[in-house]
Amino acid sequence: MDFRIPVGTWIASFFDWVERDIAWLFDALKTLFVTLNDALVWVFATPPALVLIAVIAIAGLMARGWKFAIGVVIGLLFVVSVNQWDNAVDTLALVIVAAFLAVIIAIPMGIWAAKNDKVSKTVKPVLDFLQTLPAFVYLIPALALFGVGVAPGVIATLIFSVAPGVRLTELGIRGVDAEVVEAGQAFGASPRRILRQIQVPLAMPSIMAGINQIIMLALSMVVIAGLVGAGGLGGEVAKAIGKLDVGLGFEAGLSVVALAIILDRFTGSFGQRMGLYSKLRKRQMDVKAADEQARLDSQELVDKGPRRAGF
Amino acid sequence: MNETIVLRAEGLYKVFGRHADDAVEKLRKGASRDDLGGATAAVIDASFEVKRGEIFVVMGLSGSGKSTLIRMLNGLHPQTAGTVEIGGESINGVSPSELRDIRRHKVSMVFQHFALLPHRSVLDNVAYGLEIQGIEKTERLARARKITQIVGLAGWEDKFPSQLSGGMQQRVGLARALATETELLLMDEAFSALDPLIRREMQDQLLELQSELGKTIVFITHDLNEAMYLGDRIAVMRDGRIVQIGTPEDILTNPANEYVEQFVQDVDRSRVLTAESVMRAPRAVIHEGSGPHAALTVMRDEQLSAAYVVKRDRTLVGWVRDRDVLDLVRSGTKDLSPAIQRDHGAVANDTSLSELFIPAIESALPLAVHDERNKLVGVIPRVTLLATLGGEPDADGLATPRPDPLPTAVVDRALDASDEGLTTVKEAR
Repeated sequence: MDFRIPVGTWIASFFDWVERDIAWLFDALKTLFVTLNDALVWVFATPPALVLIAVIAIAGLMARGWKFAIGVVIGLLFVVSVNQWDNAVDTLALVIVAAFLAVIIAIPMGIWAAKNDKVSKTVKPVLDFLQTLPAFVYLIPALALFGVGVAPGVIATLIFSVAPGVRLTELGIRGVDAEVVEAGQAFGASPRRILRQIQVPLAMPSIMAGINQIIMLALSMVVIAGLVGAGGLGGEVAKAIGKLDVGLGFEAGLSVVALAIILDRFTGSFGQRMGLYSKLRKRQMDVKAADEQARLDSQELVDKGPRRAGF
Repeated sequence: MNETIVLRAEGLYKVFGRHADDAVEKLRKGASRDDLGGATAAVIDASFEVKRGEIFVVMGLSGSGKSTLIRMLNGLHPQTAGTVEIGGESINGVSPSELRDIRRHKVSMVFQHFALLPHRSVLDNVAYGLEIQGIEKTERLARARKITQIVGLAGWEDKFPSQLSGGMQQRVGLARALATETELLLMDEAFSALDPLIRREMQDQLLELQSELGKTIVFITHDLNEAMYLGDRIAVMRDGRIVQIGTPEDILTNPANEYVEQFVQDVDRSRVLTAESVMRAPRAVIHEGSGPHAALTVMRDEQLSAAYVVKRDRTLVGWVRDRDVLDLVRSGTKDLSPAIQRDHGAVANDTSLSELFIPAIESALPLAVHDERNKLVGVIPRVTLLATLGGEPDADGLATPRPDPLPTAVVDRALDASDEGLTTVKEAR
């Protein structure tokens, strides 16, 4: 049976066309990705490792509490001690750039899909496609379009990780209590205002879960992107595979794990009212409330006279 | 346009599904709700007017279309056919921004499950409508604070909705609607999610606020007792149609059809009916000026053991017992006043039935009913009270006063013995 649909040929010629005729777009994107990445790497790599670890630990304390802060210190010190700090910084920068871009695409897309059933129906199969296509397959056209380096890593990571962000944003917005949205409408709020003041804030837990998923998927993809010269921990893993170096492989791999756990806990804590920051804030609010109560009491005292106010 | 009509709905239809317009045509030609094919008719030909300051209750079971109806009144559900006018202006066929403007300034809404913004404090929730109206922050917060106080939530301003009980949350919902100072207030099953005690409290508070602020309210409920308690007028809905519009007493005493009749059977009549609606004309009253002789004659003729005494303008003075009057007649006194007892225990004509039982037990005579100028307008024999509760208000033909009147022979002898000729006034039924 020699029936065959030449899908491969079509796709190859499509990418040929892309490469030939709109290469400028990819050059521009490449410049953008590389610039963002380099800037972040510079920020992370310039201060000594210990300073950065201290900063991240304090951020962890604020966001989640002292246990997490200690975990951060232990995890990052481990990375330093296996001599993977510079690679970890590269990886972190790449993850942040890719995840940032993915969030920028995913949230508006999710909102649009939540508001419009047709968009939702179109987007769903596309997301299924993006999520199930083997991750390595993205790398081939990315490599062809951007050449070896950070840029194909960013684009492959971006495409791979965008799906859960869109899905969870849509789910979150659709899940907002219809009566509350109706209340916004009934009081004459514009759709934009309802989105800003009601739908997005109420969908926040779900959107945050989406962002968390984006970052996690980005991290897993970044390692694969090491194969196309994106460097970082992924590059180390690729090197270890090439040399069958179990020790190096595990050192880089465990560093990825440390990074993954820290990133996951960080993003998971957004909007959860944990950690020192919310405690301080709560204390401040309590003080304010007590002041207000005292003011009201004294007002009552003035208005009614001491006996009737119950003193 | 009549100034006192705040809301007018005319021929409203709401059909969900495909070919909605065809379905409306079919319904207009008399098709029933079940043979519309794929379309579902939620509201069919609803027309009514709501007057300024009135509480208009739409009552129906779930699926009767009442929630859809109320959402058509502020355009949350666009109608399939018909018109809605608020304050004389149609809300149909206006642009989305004009509709938003109407919602901001003319009509506000209270929701069944409160629909508060959980991420905002009580005060910010109350100020929400004002914020959308574009009122500047310090002013809107000051106004919100005032309304929060009026609904009884002073001291809770900085709490979040999740920290409040259901009743308090609905107070926030109510305050949010009141703060906008719209004339028309739509309340969608506003108290249905509350437990009975809190619900009762909220109903009373609503009536109190209503009498202070004079809002025009459209109130949706599935609870007939609530409808009867709150409503100045009630529209009963069934299967998308309004089957009867009338005052609570109308609906209770003249149900339009069997459905309404069955429905009102379970109503707590004692809360709906007032003294005025069950009272009877007194069998006889005695004028203050008439002497004991005349009084006794009246009581003898009517076979009464006691009777109410009124002034010429029917202002209630008190009551007399036949035995006391007989003593006066025997002793030859010309003035009735020594026999008059002032503790007549009369009730106002708008007292609800439930509050009549204790006075009825304590009163020796059928309970007297007076109007706002303290004039005797009727009496309520105990039997009538019981008969009304049993749903048969006319079953009191045999109402007899207690204790038994004096034997006629005794009275006759006494009357003959004295020799008076004063005018007697006899009140026929």
